[in-house]
Amino acid sequence: MSYVSCLRCKECGAEYPIEPRTVCDHDFGPVEVAYDYEAMRGKVTRQSIEAGPRSIWRYRDLLPVASEPRVGLNSGYTPLIKADNLAAELGVRELYIKDDSTNYPTFSYKDRVVAVALMKAIEFGFDTVGCASTGNLAHSVAAHAAKAGLTAFVMIPHDLEEGKIIGSQVFSPRMVKIRGNYDDVNRLCSQIADKYGWAIVNVNLRPYYTEGAKTHGFEIAEQLGWKLPQHTVVPVAGGTILPKIWKAYQEFITLGIVEDNKPKMYAAQAAGCNPVVTAIEENSDLFRPQKPQTIAKSIAIGNPADGYYVIKVVRESGGYGASATDSEIIDAIKLLARTEGIFTEPAGGTTLAAAIKLIQQGRIPRDESICVCITGNGLKTIEVMHGQFAAAPVINAKLSEFDVIVDEIKEKAAAATATAGV
Amino acid sequence: MEVTISIPTALRPQVDNKDTVKVTGSSVREALGALTAQYPELGKRLYAGENELNRFINVYVNDEDIRFMDNLDTALKEGDEVSIIPAIAGG
Ligand SMILES: Cc1ncc(COP(=O)(O)O)c(C=O)c1O
Ligand SMILES: [Zn+2]
Repeated sequence: MSYVSCLRCKECGAEYPIEPRTVCDHDFGPVEVAYDYEAMRGKVTRQSIEAGPRSIWRYRDLLPVASEPRVGLNSGYTPLIKADNLAAELGVRELYIKDDSTNYPTFSYKDRVVAVALMKAIEFGFDTVGCASTGNLAHSVAAHAAKAGLTAFVMIPHDLEEGKIIGSQVFSPRMVKIRGNYDDVNRLCSQIADKYGWAIVNVNLRPYYTEGAKTHGFEIAEQLGWKLPQHTVVPVAGGTILPKIWKAYQEFITLGIVEDNKPKMYAAQAAGCNPVVTAIEENSDLFRPQKPQTIAKSIAIGNPADGYYVIKVVRESGGYGASATDSEIIDAIKLLARTEGIFTEPAGGTTLAAAIKLIQQGRIPRDESICVCITGNGLKTIEVMHGQFAAAPVINAKLSEFDVIVDEIKEKAAAATATAGV
Repeated sequence: MEVTISIPTALRPQVDNKDTVKVTGSSVREALGALTAQYPELGKRLYAGENELNRFINVYVNDEDIRFMDNLDTALKEGDEVSIIPAIAGG
């Protein structure tokens, strides 16, 4: 049974049938899937969700699919980690990491949105799917399309990390690299969607694609024991996931599945690409586009389509924003790895670095529950960590040579204790 | 100054289904003014206020966003291409 009623413009409320559609005809506002929450009451419950599969499809009643899921059967349901080591380091009481670096099949939050978008592509009868991507989306479209038997066409900026390029190419999509930044790629892609009539997941499947991002928020609430964290810190690129985590929280509140504890949302951006955080700091409704200059390439979107809604949700919820420099991003990647054993990419480093700043500024209180959304995997972007670590010693396969190393480690530790004791 | 304005699918019904329209103007403001004088229905969708474009629309002159130049006052020369493109999601 589907509870979907229609597509509705977020600006003027105009309604459209469930069809491939990019924006509202009247005002270009984004259209969003609307549901019949009344009909869900008493039917979509904690129990009904708990009875579902361990994937994004356990939230199927709150997703816009009409048929039995055939894409992304293993996507989502990533761990929510109680990050006690990191919490101790940061001096906060209750800290969680929602870890989409382990998402299936391509290790980023995009596996959620693409699963829903490709389900709709199949339902609408498309055989070719495409995307404009900063890397992760292409990776996920290529993999999900391979499994679903669809042809994939992925458009990326020419200068992405190798892991993101090979990581997509291995699935044999048609890949086109575009000279320019993501915003140039996106502009071209919108013209391609116009001309060729393909299913471009972030263009004419956008309303369905974006709904998939809600599952990140649903999972946080469920895995926290049907509770919302008081503070959620989220990376912002095009601005899809932050408002959708918020929508997920609000839907659970509407359905009586969780209590409304007035959750606050916080936006994280790289200092080299922070149009949304700048607007939040300047208390402005509109952002000024930027030309990105940051190691956090996956979130380097200078002209975010949904930036306006990120600003709105952050403000309405009582949250705020923070940006992180390249070196703060690297430090945060290392900190998360050292304390929690999680290797994230620069997008995750940005989010943790921003969370740390917000805690230090007192914007996020140390004694309330905090969730940091880690949305990507560090193994895709190893080049950013080059030169960060001392070279490992190389020895022959002789125990005596290994003994030397152990002795050196002991000596260093002793010297360190001695210095500390002075 | 004659320039070509390219129209996205969503706006084509307002311009007799053309994908490009040629107008004259020495700035983006003048060119869009000429376009909307010819097609008033389009004007309602293009502008949020007198001097403000609808925030979900991006305007480019030869592939550069006008917000990186002089916005509506960006100067045009003969043969420039002005594109109207809705903001799109992604990442
Ligand atoms: C790893 C990662 N995190 C976060 C985002 C944020 O995306 P958005 O704000 O467009 O939802 C992206 C987008 O590409 C991403 O790749
Ligand atoms: Zn509308």
